[in-house]
Amino acid sequence: MMHAPPPSLSPEDRAALVEALEVFLPTECILHELEDVRPYECDGLSAYRQLPGVVVLPRDETEVCRVLTLCKQRGVPVVARGAGTGLSGGALPHPGGVLLSLARFMRILELDPIARIARVQPGVRNLAISEAAARYGLYYAPDPSSQIACSIGGNVAENSGGVHCLKYGLTVHNVMRVRVCTIDGEVLDIGGETLDSPGYDLLAVMCGSEGLLGVVTEVTVKLLPKPEVAKCVLAAFGSIADAGNAVAAVIAAGIIPAGLEMMDKPATAAVEPFVNAGYPLDAAAILLCEADGIAEEVDAEIERIAAIMRDAHATQIRVSRDEAERLRFWSGRKAAFPAVGRISPDYYCMDGTIPRKRLADVLTGISHLEVKYGLRCANVFHAGDGNLHPLILYDANQPGELERCEAFGAEILELCIAAGGTITGEHGVGIEKIDQMCVQFPPDVLQAFHAVKRAFDPSGLLNPGKAVPTLHRCAELGRMHVHGGADKFPELPRF
Amino acid sequence: MQAIIEDWRRRIAAAAERGEALQIRGSGSKDFYGGALDGTVLETTAYSGILDYEPTELVLQARAGTPLDDIEQALLERGQMLAFEPPHFGPGATLGGAVACGLSGPRRAAAGSVRDFVLGARILDGRGADLSFGGKVMKNVAGYDVSRLMVGAMGTLGVLLDISLKVLPLPERELTVRLGCDQEDAIRLLNAWAAKPYPISASCHEQETLTLRLSGTAAGVDALSRMIRGVEVENAADYWRALREQRTEFFDGEAPLWRLSVKSTAPSLPLPGRQCIEWNGSLRWVKTDADAALVRDVARKVGGHATLFRGRLPDVPAFHPLPAPLMMLHRRLKETFDPAGILNRGRLVFEF
Repeated sequence: MMHAPPPSLSPEDRAALVEALEVFLPTECILHELEDVRPYECDGLSAYRQLPGVVVLPRDETEVCRVLTLCKQRGVPVVARGAGTGLSGGALPHPGGVLLSLARFMRILELDPIARIARVQPGVRNLAISEAAARYGLYYAPDPSSQIACSIGGNVAENSGGVHCLKYGLTVHNVMRVRVCTIDGEVLDIGGETLDSPGYDLLAVMCGSEGLLGVVTEVTVKLLPKPEVAKCVLAAFGSIADAGNAVAAVIAAGIIPAGLEMMDKPATAAVEPFVNAGYPLDAAAILLCEADGIAEEVDAEIERIAAIMRDAHATQIRVSRDEAERLRFWSGRKAAFPAVGRISPDYYCMDGTIPRKRLADVLTGISHLEVKYGLRCANVFHAGDGNLHPLILYDANQPGELERCEAFGAEILELCIAAGGTITGEHGVGIEKIDQMCVQFPPDVLQAFHAVKRAFDPSGLLNPGKAVPTLHRCAELGRMHVHGGADKFPELPRF
Repeated sequence: MQAIIEDWRRRIAAAAERGEALQIRGSGSKDFYGGALDGTVLETTAYSGILDYEPTELVLQARAGTPLDDIEQALLERGQMLAFEPPHFGPGATLGGAVACGLSGPRRAAAGSVRDFVLGARILDGRGADLSFGGKVMKNVAGYDVSRLMVGAMGTLGVLLDISLKVLPLPERELTVRLGCDQEDAIRLLNAWAAKPYPISASCHEQETLTLRLSGTAAGVDALSRMIRGVEVENAADYWRALREQRTEFFDGEAPLWRLSVKSTAPSLPLPGRQCIEWNGSLRWVKTDADAALVRDVARKVGGHATLFRGRLPDVPAFHPLPAPLMMLHRRLKETFDPAGILNRGRLVFEF
């Protein structure tokens, strides 16, 4: 639900702010004309748009600190932005504030192949780190689907995942240190080139804090050795339940696959004509299960995975024979979002996590919601770690469809909470899921989140209105907190 | 169990009212660790039991007072483990103590630390408020990661109640080999191997001997052991357990034990006394009577930090002192969760 936006900067205030910025920044670092700020009006969640007061593009850490100090003095809100690929509206501008773009922080500062770490600026693209490390046989493991475009600073803000995080972890597991400018203009060095640091684990708090605690100006990441070999099993199933059981059986057998992805029939149907990945179109669901490592262990593991799939009633099993075929298997999964975009004028990507065993229930619930809202939904699923991405198909040009789609999405998230899961696995809360936060968390926990925020940003100027709702907002919505799967009316069917 | 929580809430609220220090204590196995103990004991072992364990979900949830032994036994029965291999340091060591101290064992460099595996935590804060953070799923970015903030906080932010953890399958095969080399060679070799996709799950160098544990598929472990060509060690599980519990010969004696966490490539440290290297070079144990300021200076110069792990010394903080801006943030977080400053006073830093 969209609330009325906060007030914009008045022309006088904007002029005064620009003038104050010009004291220490050249004019090309400050954008305030309509045509210049327009490109910043939204991030990857384009349903939400808002023009910023002023866009500032600092060139170094000192300038970032000075911008923040100035904003603090004037009480001006600040929204930090990386590549703008986020899917929850975390970088949606504040009409009365500064949109702080880190786009100029594009340098890899240091790559130490012996210690296997890279020190980079926040605007460096996720994939660029792996590309730079490739010559040493190393890579940066988290691989969100937007990895060709998204920046590492944004990854830290969202604690981004990817298709390999069951085995290799999320951003929080792969970042060793961040430098952060606080709203007070102070620089904090959090973490180190070590495996731990004294004091509280502030690094964990920074990861996924959605730009509400500080502005990241430097990131040190862990690099991992590239596996010698990777192979992928493609298995088809006659029902979602069978596919879900196959996933559980792989884990029960003591295997942690490098990737374990599921797509349902509507998703494969959208993808196959687009990329010809070779997915069987009659299957209710397909699984992609990858093993990586040294050749001997991959061969042994792939053999076991194929056997498990067979025992779990797979209707078809194929093992990638070479790298080209492995990439083809993955091409469909990686193209799922654009492929859905091709068959529908618009789509809305959701991001809940559930305990894997509840998959069949939740997907059944979603199919009932398709009927209720008269909209179709394709599902792709990071099956290994329970992270579900339902893609709701809609047409924004049809009056009322966007609203129906948003209501549909909200109900999916509430299904995830009721199943004992969470409203966001890797995309963040941003502005998009802020109302569902009222359902997932009781007021005292939301208050604790606000208190953490105040410890870092007492003035409340960093990315206000995102990630954690005010108790007032929750009360206004009348949204009820659903505790850990306990339904308020257990006797009623829920879909 | 609810009665225990209610009792604790009352005691915490009363202590907060009077400004009286409370000392959170499980089995007491880690009483030696961190700053000196202060305050009335709040005993946690009665709040025990595994709440939820689904091997196929790779998630276990238990009460903080649950003995690590019980958890490890339950996991072993289903072919799984706590991959961070927590040190117990005494009989009856609890999950809560392991999480609060944030200590990980030999597998840390390969598998990750305690905080990497914590998915959710329910706590009583310093006002007695019952708060749940995180959850029981692997990926969850709703709200700040307060669960992980509790790891290594030494109980200064709240009393841990229920903790959920990611667990992992036991490796199909483990094999330990030994080869002779000096410290510099060990540091060089360990870093070189860590840059290859080799299934090395633990390492320890001491007294010119490098011991390596290989873990993974049988095929992978055998292939690597053929390449490394060390001497296979019998009863290796006992060795790694003794190392984890600091019962090897290295840890004997009265000299203070320092734990230096450094960049993995840091050269052999210029400190008197004996050194033992773990975690592919990232962890250096030093038994030395050297001045605390010297030890910390050496650690700092290689981008690391030094903890006085065993053997408290007068006026020497257990943990490496924090720079002022970070200290200010720590104070504010402490005030947020424990405004009366009653929980485990002085255990993390002298200041609160």
